[in-house]
Amino acid sequence: MGQKDQSKPPVEVIDEQTTFTLAELCRSCTVEAEFIEAMIEQGILEPSGRRGRHWCFPASSLRRTRVTLHLQRDLGVNIAGAALALDLLERIEELDARLRTMMGGRMR
Amino acid sequence: MEYKDYYEIMGVARDATQDKIKRVYRKLARKYHPDVSKESDAEDRFKELGEAYEVLKDTEKRAAYDQLGANWKAGQEFHQPPDWDAGFEFRGGGYTAGGAGAHSDFFEDLFGRGYAHPGGAGGRQTFHMRGEDHHARVLIDLEDSFTGATRSISLRVPELTDDGHVSTRDRTLNVRIPKGIRPGQQIRLAGQGGTGLGGAESGDLYLEVEFRDHPLYRVDGANVYLDLPVAPWEAALGASIKVPTPSGDVDLKIPANSNQGRKLRLKGRGLPGKEPGDLYVVLQVALPPADSDDARSLYQQMEDQLGFNPRTTMGVS
Repeated sequence: MGQKDQSKPPVEVIDEQTTFTLAELCRSCTVEAEFIEAMIEQGILEPSGRRGRHWCFPASSLRRTRVTLHLQRDLGVNIAGAALALDLLERIEELDARLRTMMGGRMR
Repeated sequence: MEYKDYYEIMGVARDATQDKIKRVYRKLARKYHPDVSKESDAEDRFKELGEAYEVLKDTEKRAAYDQLGANWKAGQEFHQPPDWDAGFEFRGGGYTAGGAGAHSDFFEDLFGRGYAHPGGAGGRQTFHMRGEDHHARVLIDLEDSFTGATRSISLRVPELTDDGHVSTRDRTLNVRIPKGIRPGQQIRLAGQGGTGLGGAESGDLYLEVEFRDHPLYRVDGANVYLDLPVAPWEAALGASIKVPTPSGDVDLKIPANSNQGRKLRLKGRGLPGKEPGDLYVVLQVALPPADSDDARSLYQQMEDQLGFNPRTTMGVS
């Protein structure tokens, strides 16, 4: 860690254009490749490109992987259950957003 | 240090069975799980709950905790009675939980500091290992996304000491929040995560950005919404109104015959960025109170002359 990094480290925004390789995703979430593959099988992650080193994961994969890990660790949910929970959570977020737009300030 | 009432936290009686405690824990864990719950204090509740369960699920720890007696009240200044844990064997045995530093001082004083968990993925046998990536959240204001900002962020970082123990260290980082950041987006700070072992590089720090509720604006992706109160004549006859936007006041033209809830789009006035969002102004028609003879007579005139029935589609006359 360099000294100058301490005060104002450079930042990088993970936006829609950011992608991760399998190795980056594994490293970032401290999981093994087999776990990522199991998540792909359940449709939680949808990488593009050829299998293995050429896989290209969209930015949302980071959050989806972490939520899956948390649900598994904290609630004993398996990967299929996490897939369902993630789908439902996303649906709730969409509905919340629509409700906020429709109801405006009255929701608070 | 404050006494914590683990029974109160879990909402169970002091004589609850182990089975009951397990069931209640699972139910509350689902309710307050920070990835699932929408409650603002979910994370704290979940941590507190995990700590309570850590003690109550283990009959030895529970018995030791019960020995403290029921006279303590939650939040009361707590001093550990001498030899309170005599006869119990958990001390020094280490506990497993959501990582070092996850428990309150009260817990750590009773049950000891954390010991290094036997390796995460890959174990710790290797002498060169890249540091772990860390994840945290940061709350910013809507305005920060318009101007860019610097936020000072305090993190409690668990560190592995040379003799294999875990200690926590507080560190403060000044993080530049880039202009145009959107809620839910992450920012990566390379090399600011866990320290690598044996000279290997450090991990990265990921910060998930969330927006504080704003008194005027709501954010949906890159779009911003503003509720704008208007008088009935402004909506009916049209008007030019000065409207606040996060990037400065604008003069907004309200088209005549606008109705309650009409959305007016100000293109590109949402969150900035390569593809800036839009600002939607949502009209909220506000009625003047009928609190004077003049006001009442004006409303009466409208009733007499407009022949207006807002319930024509309801099949009642």
